[in-house]
Amino acid sequence: MNLPGKLAIAAVIAAGIGGLAFWYLTEPARIDAEAEAALGTGDAARGERIFWAGGCTSCHARPKSEGEALLQLVGGVQLETAFGTFVAPNISQDVNDGIGAWSREEFANAMLKGVSPSGRHYYPAFPYTSYARMRPTDVADLYAFMKTLPAVAGRTPDHTLDFPYNIRRGIGLWKLLYVDDAPVIAVDEGSPEQLLLGRYLVEGPGHCGECHTPRNISGGTDKSRWLAGAVAAEGDGVIPNITSGEGGIGDWSEGDIASYLETGFTPDFDSVGGSMVEVQKNVARLTSDDRAAIAAYLKAVPPHPNGYPARPSTETPSD
Amino acid sequence: MKKFVIAVSAIALATTAAFADVIADRKAVMKENGRQVGVLVKMVQGEADFDAAAVMAALTKLNENVQAIDVAASFPPGSDKGDTTASPKIWEDMAGFQAEVDKFKAVTAEAAAAPAQSLEALKPQVAAIGQSCSSCHETYRIKKG
Repeated sequence: MNLPGKLAIAAVIAAGIGGLAFWYLTEPARIDAEAEAALGTGDAARGERIFWAGGCTSCHARPKSEGEALLQLVGGVQLETAFGTFVAPNISQDVNDGIGAWSREEFANAMLKGVSPSGRHYYPAFPYTSYARMRPTDVADLYAFMKTLPAVAGRTPDHTLDFPYNIRRGIGLWKLLYVDDAPVIAVDEGSPEQLLLGRYLVEGPGHCGECHTPRNISGGTDKSRWLAGAVAAEGDGVIPNITSGEGGIGDWSEGDIASYLETGFTPDFDSVGGSMVEVQKNVARLTSDDRAAIAAYLKAVPPHPNGYPARPSTETPSD
Repeated sequence: MKKFVIAVSAIALATTAAFADVIADRKAVMKENGRQVGVLVKMVQGEADFDAAAVMAALTKLNENVQAIDVAASFPPGSDKGDTTASPKIWEDMAGFQAEVDKFKAVTAEAAAAPAQSLEALKPQVAAIGQSCSSCHETYRIKKG
């Protein structure tokens, strides 16, 4: 065989190996037997707390919903990002359009592994990168609570994403880098229960880091600047720094943070704004102990300067 | 050509300066609103004792400020540029923004017409005012670096 022929065969083999490696590495992983056993049967009453902590309605109810409409998880909210437009799907109990036909295990795989019942990767616009840190029992409780919510028919349009983000299988590689069930912030042995609870709520179901932490070029959160604030992934402006670093909330007391989460007023009586409005309404439904725990954790995270660039001064003429 | 550039720059600078006043005034109104709301919130949060006279004074002042808001005068086209956190959405959806302002006017007028005589009665008034603040800030304000 001549040289070009040999090279061609070598290229095909290399591509084949590369393809196999890609296929192997991007294989959607499911929860292990231990996690599955830990799910238990779930408790709807306890699951309601997880539901509000997780902020499901902010994306999965119709925009600006109030009251009972918040529980109609028909989807449709569009997130316009640099990768394209993500559309939040119907997660109501409708058996055809929603998740009414899902088993508890299928739900847990979606929440903890970002994998659909048919074995496809979800895009991390669905923040399983945070939910992966949740306790299986809380996921089962959430499942039980969501079973009590209405079935609402209606299919949402597909995401419209740019190449290469439209290749779903590629998310498998991304997940290897960015999905981890370990806590982000290490705390000392014997830390108070309150701090541990706060860490769990913020890093897990609350998924605060998804917006408040800057992302690197491949779209993963930059853990070295955890909660330092970020350029908004969607729309204009920035998401504030919620560490005690410069530009952050170092001058807020734990009581200020808890009070803000309950009432929506900042220490200088400005109001909550932007996408935090929905978040604050959800967190207001938690107990004061949960809000105090979140505050304790935020005061304990390492301080960082703002994770977004300073605003160019408009007063100084540029040359 | 150079003169033209200078002239254009001068106009640009002048308009920026003009909007700087508009923007500064907007901020002053917001700060003042925050001060009055603060009087009420402190009572609700138990940081201050309930004081019916102080409630009436705060609601009256707040309502006066809010009724004086003139969207057309305070949010002229182009005043999204500069040292402001007003969202460009204000100018994309002026009617929606006006509706939020009208809602705010209605809420403060209602509260000022019947100032709370007890802490229990104050809570829903403050909640309604807060709802109005955040409802508008949800869409029409952005945070900047």
